[in-house]
Amino acid sequence: MNWITNYVRPKVNSLFSRREVPENLWTKCDECGTMLFHRELADNQNVCTSCGHHMAITARARFTALFDGGSFAEVAVPEPLTDPLHFRDQKKYTDRMKAAQKSTGEKEAMLVAEGDIGGTPVVAAAQDFSFMGGSMGMYVGNAIIAGAEKAVELQRPFILFSAAGGARMQEGILSLMQMPRTTVAVEMLKEAGLPYIVVLTHPTTGGVTASYAMLGDVQIAEPNALICFAGPRVIEQTIREKLPEGFQRAEYLLDHGMLDRVTPRTKLREELTTILRMLLALPAAEITPPAKSEAAPTPEEKAAKK
Amino acid sequence: MTNYLEFEKPLAEIEGKAEELRAMARANEEMDIEKEAAALDKKAADLLKSLYADLSAWRKCQVARHPDRPHCRDYIDTLFTEYTPLAGDRNFADDHAVMGGLARLDGTPVMVIGHEKGFDTKTRIEHNFGMARPEGYRKAIRLMELADKFGIPIVTLVDTPGAYPGKGAEERGQSEAIARSTEKCLQVKVPLISVIIGEGGSGGAVAFATANRVAMLEHSIYSVISPEGCASILWKDADKMREAAEALRLTAQNLAELGVCDRIIPEPVGGAHRNKEATIAAVGDAIRAMLAEFKGRKGKEIRDGRRKKYLALGSKGLAA
Repeated sequence: MNWITNYVRPKVNSLFSRREVPENLWTKCDECGTMLFHRELADNQNVCTSCGHHMAITARARFTALFDGGSFAEVAVPEPLTDPLHFRDQKKYTDRMKAAQKSTGEKEAMLVAEGDIGGTPVVAAAQDFSFMGGSMGMYVGNAIIAGAEKAVELQRPFILFSAAGGARMQEGILSLMQMPRTTVAVEMLKEAGLPYIVVLTHPTTGGVTASYAMLGDVQIAEPNALICFAGPRVIEQTIREKLPEGFQRAEYLLDHGMLDRVTPRTKLREELTTILRMLLALPAAEITPPAKSEAAPTPEEKAAKK
Repeated sequence: MTNYLEFEKPLAEIEGKAEELRAMARANEEMDIEKEAAALDKKAADLLKSLYADLSAWRKCQVARHPDRPHCRDYIDTLFTEYTPLAGDRNFADDHAVMGGLARLDGTPVMVIGHEKGFDTKTRIEHNFGMARPEGYRKAIRLMELADKFGIPIVTLVDTPGAYPGKGAEERGQSEAIARSTEKCLQVKVPLISVIIGEGGSGGAVAFATANRVAMLEHSIYSVISPEGCASILWKDADKMREAAEALRLTAQNLAELGVCDRIIPEPVGGAHRNKEATIAAVGDAIRAMLAEFKGRKGKEIRDGRRKKYLALGSKGLAA
């Protein structure tokens, strides 16, 4: 150590500390380990640009990418009772709820909206896994019912993006009762002759899979999404044998005849438009306006396509 | 021989002592023990009554799962005549965890469907402990459709720990089968009456119990998850099942307060397994009464009423 190191070191240190990036600017892909710049990742709807791994996406971000011009109107969801069982495990349910609301900035685990996709008016609902594991409680049930009712009122198709660990245990039997309640919502759509399309995203398990998420007219899943009733860990403990590679993943379910399609998130918008317009006997969409404003075609491009 | 539950140990001791005394008296005729034995009997009866007067949620789980509790087969054999089992899902197999078929109740045809757990090791394995595979739900769907086609009321008897967590069950679309069965319950235009006779385990129960009327035996349970499962997830400790059972509010009494259970069927003192005949008769009376409510009602009204009932659930919470 001499005077020069003493002199240089603080400067070097400060330089390094300045270059230390805030964590939220870069995300490491869990699958391939590539460091992804946040804006690039968001533009690609949280799909790794290097390996195509699908990371979690919030309901709001999904809708922004899904609806034409990123614009949609939220559908109001009737408020259920708060903590009807006065549930308490190691924490109070009401405290868990407050923490989830604070960390996500959302009121609950599902967002319902109406808007256009590829020029096709729809109602859509998306479950938010970051909010208490997307768990299905009374709010989620109310949200699906509100969405179905809105779709019937406006005579539009209903698209549902599922993502949940299952029923919300803190609401006990009332969470279980969302299985029949949401099924009533599906029946409303069916009787109104409106398409109901389910997009299963990672993970969709338990009572959610065993109700509205498996009752779609068309069942689409995102790549590698875990889709099951009983989780792999529970099954391994029961049958005491190793499960096959890819068990209960989207592609495995497709192979076993449980899904219509496995489609990457970035292609969903186009695919949903195509399917819906055929089901609704509408002419093929001429131009599918991309969701992101910066990627919107220039007037010249638009003119060229016409 | 009585199978005593853990919390019935003190009772087992007293009843054991009374039995011992009587055995001694049989061996030695000069002994006069009747008075003492009768006192013990009285003590046992009082204890039984007080034990069952206020069962904790976890104790109710144990009673609901009691191996000697009357099962689906007992109810079918006793309450119905001409029971004609109908088998298979027309796709893959016949699931023995689910029994069902045509039968007559007081001469009137009904479709009866229920979970059977089995009563000894051999039959328990045969019935897969009452845990249905996809074929079980698909068989139920088929039977419900048949009943609907011919205007026959449906009675379901629910007693399952839940759906079977197996590899094949998942591969063959367990979730879809449960979802479709629940959907079928909501579609039929005939009265659908359900009785939870033991355990109403999660989705496996909902698939059969989405009904116009749901009755529960006094010590039966109906829950989104088993207390053990809930404890291991929320408490990260499966041994906290007592706390979980309490928190889940899975008793018939709690469910009646929440509007999920429409009718509680009282059990004999000491639980259904201590007097099977009385229990089965009480369940029979409840089924008759519930079916009678729908006599002369139109199909659409019956179906819409069922849907409305589910849509309205959740407006009542438990008192603080």
